[in-house]
Amino acid sequence: MNKNKEQLLNKRYKAEQRFRLYGQSAIFMALLFLTIFIFKIFSTGYSAFQKTWLIVPVNFDAELMMLDENPTKQDIEDADYYEIALQSMWNLDPNANEDQQNQLKRMVSYFFEREIKQELLKDPNLLGKTKEVYLTASDDLDQVFKGNYPRDLPEDQRRVSDYQLKIFDQLVANGNVESKFNISFFTNADSREAELAGIASSFMGSIFSILVCLMIAFPVAVLAAIYLEEFAPKNRFTDFIEVNINNLAAVPSIVFGLLGLGVLLAIFQLPRSTPLVGGITLSLMTLPTIIIAARASLKAVPPSIREAALAMGASRMQTTMHHTVPLSMPGTLSGTIIGLAQALGETAPLILIGMVAFVNTIPGSPMDPAASLPVQIYIWAESAERGFVEKVSACIMVLLSFLIIMNLFAQIIRHKFEKKWS
Amino acid sequence: MIKIKAKDVDVFYGKKQALFNISLDIEENQVTALIGPSGCGKSTFLRCLNRMNDVIDICSVKGEILINDFNINDKGCDVVRLREKIGMVFQKPNPFPKTLYENVSYGPTIHGIAQSKQEMDEIVETSLKKAALWEEVKDRLHEPGTGLSGGQQQRLCIARAISVRPEVILMDEPCSALDPIATAQIEELIDELKKEHTIIIVTHSMAQAARVSQNTGFFHLGQLIEHGSTDKIFKNPDNKKTQDYITGRFG
Repeated sequence: MNKNKEQLLNKRYKAEQRFRLYGQSAIFMALLFLTIFIFKIFSTGYSAFQKTWLIVPVNFDAELMMLDENPTKQDIEDADYYEIALQSMWNLDPNANEDQQNQLKRMVSYFFEREIKQELLKDPNLLGKTKEVYLTASDDLDQVFKGNYPRDLPEDQRRVSDYQLKIFDQLVANGNVESKFNISFFTNADSREAELAGIASSFMGSIFSILVCLMIAFPVAVLAAIYLEEFAPKNRFTDFIEVNINNLAAVPSIVFGLLGLGVLLAIFQLPRSTPLVGGITLSLMTLPTIIIAARASLKAVPPSIREAALAMGASRMQTTMHHTVPLSMPGTLSGTIIGLAQALGETAPLILIGMVAFVNTIPGSPMDPAASLPVQIYIWAESAERGFVEKVSACIMVLLSFLIIMNLFAQIIRHKFEKKWS
Repeated sequence: MIKIKAKDVDVFYGKKQALFNISLDIEENQVTALIGPSGCGKSTFLRCLNRMNDVIDICSVKGEILINDFNINDKGCDVVRLREKIGMVFQKPNPFPKTLYENVSYGPTIHGIAQSKQEMDEIVETSLKKAALWEEVKDRLHEPGTGLSGGQQQRLCIARAISVRPEVILMDEPCSALDPIATAQIEELIDELKKEHTIIIVTHSMAQAARVSQNTGFFHLGQLIEHGSTDKIFKNPDNKKTQDYITGRFG
């Protein structure tokens, strides 16, 4: 009898131990996946924050630029830089034939002409002199320098020729290749050339979309939640509304995209591909999330507080505005931020309303065409060039850091300001 | 002097009737205790007096409740004005999660009683003094009211209730969440308050009813079985049920 009891007890302890083990391994698995994911993103993405420059001597030959003596600022602005730009690349190998000269030109970005022009605009005294100028390397050479390019492939399968590699290696040996922090990744809009492509357009697009989304969704959702929770009679009709708000939260986001397409673009003729339309579409999606969060936090305010205020002779509106709503705000706000974070990561509805278009300008207002960060990831991930691979990961890193910051903020609000009810 | 006159009050929660035909007179500047077993309707009746039952959607009240000869169940009665005149203290201390000062000044603020900051300071001070809390909290008026002990919180709620100088104070088991010392303090306070206010207190403790009240009403299953002076109810009740309850035979 006693032995039986002992066995039973042992069995119970063993069962608990096993259960703990299952739980620990589940957490281990989750952490493992997360680590692999983050490591993968980081290891492919971090190199995008560096950019490779070729340092090339440029002779600012006034004659080639068709400039007279003592040119005005405007003259310098209007001068022809193509010839001197071309010449300086060709000078890297004075014996190059025509085909090789073409290859030399393709070692830098098509932007090289403008980079040379900038240099002269900065210092007009350079006219007639020679100066070493930093030129953005082509995306393929950029990848070669970062060690991401398989140099040992047969030449006809590579986008970089043996000749280009030879010249490039010479430049490296002479210390004329430099890697610097990639500012243009943050300041440039999207580009077909990987070495020039940046996230400024999609970043601003995301910010504008989120702001529009916030300005529409937050007041509507909070008012709806307050009315439903504090004022509306509880009957079949309000039950029906509640069920449907919950349904709305479960609607796949692409459906909201179709709605945006069908209503905002087709009927209201709002400008296509703009953060305005994107924001409105996202706000439809965020609305139920915020309503649910706001109602939950209104519900969490104990009825005794409402009774206290009502018994003091406060009207229902005063009770709500003076006590219930302020007390529910931390929960509502953190729900809102989480809703916005969801919206920030949303891709499908934006693709449908045309925010997937190639936008190479930085939007100045919600009415300008723009992409958004997740859509930018999608666009770049579709591109064939090797240079975009690291950009995709870098863009994911930017997006993730934003999501993490937002969620952290939501947590802080919740912990710091939410009242604990005994 | 009769302050409150309830005539044939019926209360329904949906289809279920909670109070049957209650008629009760409440004397001015006295303490009236409502006693009875749990679920007998004494709290429901109390909440009729400041129309707190309005908050409950399914609750409906019939009959007349005259306060100063004015029927508060009339369509023309404004609940905001009514609740300014009839304060309430709840079972569980429920201070606002704000400072002590804000707790007490809330009523005078929304009813526009104080004209200046100075006047408000005075109201807060007198209310806290009347609630016998001033000495303990005068140095921390701007700390949150939720940081006080249970008994202090309840006295804060009393201070909040009397800040608008109500004619009547309703107390719904104000001591049930408190320890004996805090209870004694509140009871002393009730004795003091009855000089200026009419007090109606719902209590589970018969000893408390006997200690603090001059009049007692005994409720059972939604009916007012018996009411009269506390002395009579406790010493020589007319009804057998009252007798049984008081002697602890049921309830």
